[in-house]
Amino acid sequence: MSVITGDAQAKAGGAKPSGLRRRYSLLTRRDKVVLAAMVFVPTLIQLVLIWIPTIISVLLSFVRWNGLAFSDIRPAGLANYTFILQDYPPFWPALQHNVLWLVFLAVIATPLGLLLAILLDQNIRGSRIYQSIFFAPVMLSLVLIGVIWQLFYSQNNGLLNFLLGTSGTPQAVDWFGNPDVNIWAALIAATWRHAGYVMILYLAGLKGVDASLREAASLDGANAVQTFFRIIFPVMRPINIVIVVITIIESLRAFDIVYIINRGTNGLELISALVIQNLVGEGQVIGVGSALAAILLVVSLVPIVIYLSRTFKKDA
Amino acid sequence: MSFDKASAFGKIAETQVSRRVLMGGALSAATITALAACSPTGGSTGGGAASKTATFGSGSSDDVPKRAYAAVVEAFQKQSGVEITTNTVAHNDFQNNINTYLQGAPDDMFTWFAGYRMRYYADKGLVAPIDDVWETIGGNYGEGLALASEAADGKKYFVPNYNYPWGFFYRKSVWAEKGYTEPTTFDELIALSKQMQSDGMTPIAFADKDGWPAMGTFDYINMRTNGYQFHVDLCAHEESWDQQKVKDVFDNWKQLLPFQSTNALGMTWQEGAQSLGDGSAGMYLLGSFVTQQFTDPAVLADIDFFPFPEIAVEGREAVEAPIDGLMLTKRGGENQAARDFLAFMGTAAGQEAYFSVDTANLMTVKDADTSSYTEFNKKLAGVISDAKSVSQFFDRDALPAMANNVMIPALQGFLKDGTIDTANLEAQATALYAAQ
Repeated sequence: MSVITGDAQAKAGGAKPSGLRRRYSLLTRRDKVVLAAMVFVPTLIQLVLIWIPTIISVLLSFVRWNGLAFSDIRPAGLANYTFILQDYPPFWPALQHNVLWLVFLAVIATPLGLLLAILLDQNIRGSRIYQSIFFAPVMLSLVLIGVIWQLFYSQNNGLLNFLLGTSGTPQAVDWFGNPDVNIWAALIAATWRHAGYVMILYLAGLKGVDASLREAASLDGANAVQTFFRIIFPVMRPINIVIVVITIIESLRAFDIVYIINRGTNGLELISALVIQNLVGEGQVIGVGSALAAILLVVSLVPIVIYLSRTFKKDA
Repeated sequence: MSFDKASAFGKIAETQVSRRVLMGGALSAATITALAACSPTGGSTGGGAASKTATFGSGSSDDVPKRAYAAVVEAFQKQSGVEITTNTVAHNDFQNNINTYLQGAPDDMFTWFAGYRMRYYADKGLVAPIDDVWETIGGNYGEGLALASEAADGKKYFVPNYNYPWGFFYRKSVWAEKGYTEPTTFDELIALSKQMQSDGMTPIAFADKDGWPAMGTFDYINMRTNGYQFHVDLCAHEESWDQQKVKDVFDNWKQLLPFQSTNALGMTWQEGAQSLGDGSAGMYLLGSFVTQQFTDPAVLADIDFFPFPEIAVEGREAVEAPIDGLMLTKRGGENQAARDFLAFMGTAAGQEAYFSVDTANLMTVKDADTSSYTEFNKKLAGVISDAKSVSQFFDRDALPAMANNVMIPALQGFLKDGTIDTANLEAQATALYAAQ
């Protein structure tokens, strides 16, 4: 965090030192109160909604509790963690699936979104319509997504088995039920959403690239591919950072699609789905669920902290 | 047990944001408490009105049960002059949030079911005992139902409304055409399954995408192999999972695996019912709610039922028949009108009002007017009343975390490859029951 603010100050300070100083002197008492409120209120919200629950959740991972009276809380030491690592069969598959999810999004879905963005940036006819179509999955509600993929993947009535000509026969692929197949079916559904998301972000990035850069490149005799990889892509560096972080976050919080398929069981285990199963609802085991959440938190923090600190160190 | 657990979309909406996931239980619990605190809009502020109002929290959100409870409320209001405010909540949400609901500011009475969790909340003092209500309605119920309404302290906490049996369902016309007869022993069941398979049918429809339907088969094979009491003790984790008796259950089940639908893990119970309806499957082990799927009256009239065949002990004495009914919250315990409403539910008049709308289930009081029962209804009711012991369902008899977090993946794994790690089941059970 300190890296970010330091960086921002350095930039602002470097750009217009005199303007900045004058603006400070113009601040009235009222401005200061307003500014203080603007800093304080978001900080408070952040604290109440994120930091306090996070800390409580980590603390809860060291206890046994049935979720009723506070007097029922009993210390458990590391028992919840050893339970997860040794006795909880879905945990290791879930971790593997999360990694697979990350690799798939990074290797397939994100480049696909980039490709779509480049194609749509070529001023082809009906570009807006294509944009809307590709972005639509990001906006759809879960219920609709569930219905749509059910229509595709249903074993006996689904479009996919119909097109394969196997519908209604014993050879029909059990897209949701076969534990060897369903993770790929879910990944394709996830790609369908993620690519649209990445596309919109890159499209905005491409529109923001100074047209004179392209002109200069073509005057120097660079072809389209060279122009893109040598000029455009590096210029979009801020967008690239956002995309990398989003891809990591999306793969770690991947939850909704497997949850609507079969609540994250039978080959579709993901850590986030296990967290939900253990924390919300009938199967509530607060200690175990909190421990899973803490593990997910640590796993999420590692790549993001490494990536962000490296990125901003270079900038500074 | 809820029929469409899979459709818990409302819950997803609350929980899909990853930050919330990371925040863990603390915040979600806090939010739900806050929601629960302001949810009963009616509010039984009836102190001044001298117990002339009561609030009723209902998890029966599907159309038919919802209208059925409305009919009960209307009949009671007409009879007593008490005004009842009903707050209906989507049943998955209702079940999932029950912890915080009962600790917040709940309604006076609420829909619930018999079994482990009824007794659990009674032990925790979150619901009110209703022995005085049972003094008036006790005579209306058989011994099994009375026992199912009791908690560990010997007091009554629950008023049964309806129940429904689990068993094998089949189409009479298909069986008559092929000359099949109802099997009464496990060997006959296997012989019949072989016959059906050679006739090109899937002998036993099986659908376990949602995870819970397989528990019905587990419960029956367990009770037929080891007896009803073992089922109860195993569910309460007074018996170990890592013992030969449990392995025997899975060994017996393994004999049935080749005859079950091969794609069970991708099918919902509704799709399983479809395969029974169109004659591609010979029989289907499920609760009698399976009949809701047969909208064609000709098919519906063609459905028949037989209890799970005997295996080793107790013949076919035990039946799995989950009971749904009403309970009083701690606050509702102080409201006489709420007690009167529960008493009304325990009379023929109350249950007939319910059954007049929802005919998929069976009334539980003795003197209810069953003249509107079909032959099929009568047969189902007979199976329950003849039973020596009535089990609920694994996810009602056992710790919910055991059922949801452990048994669902374990049974799905068993269906996949026929293997089960009973030592791991025991390890998980030990950890989860210790947390309660």
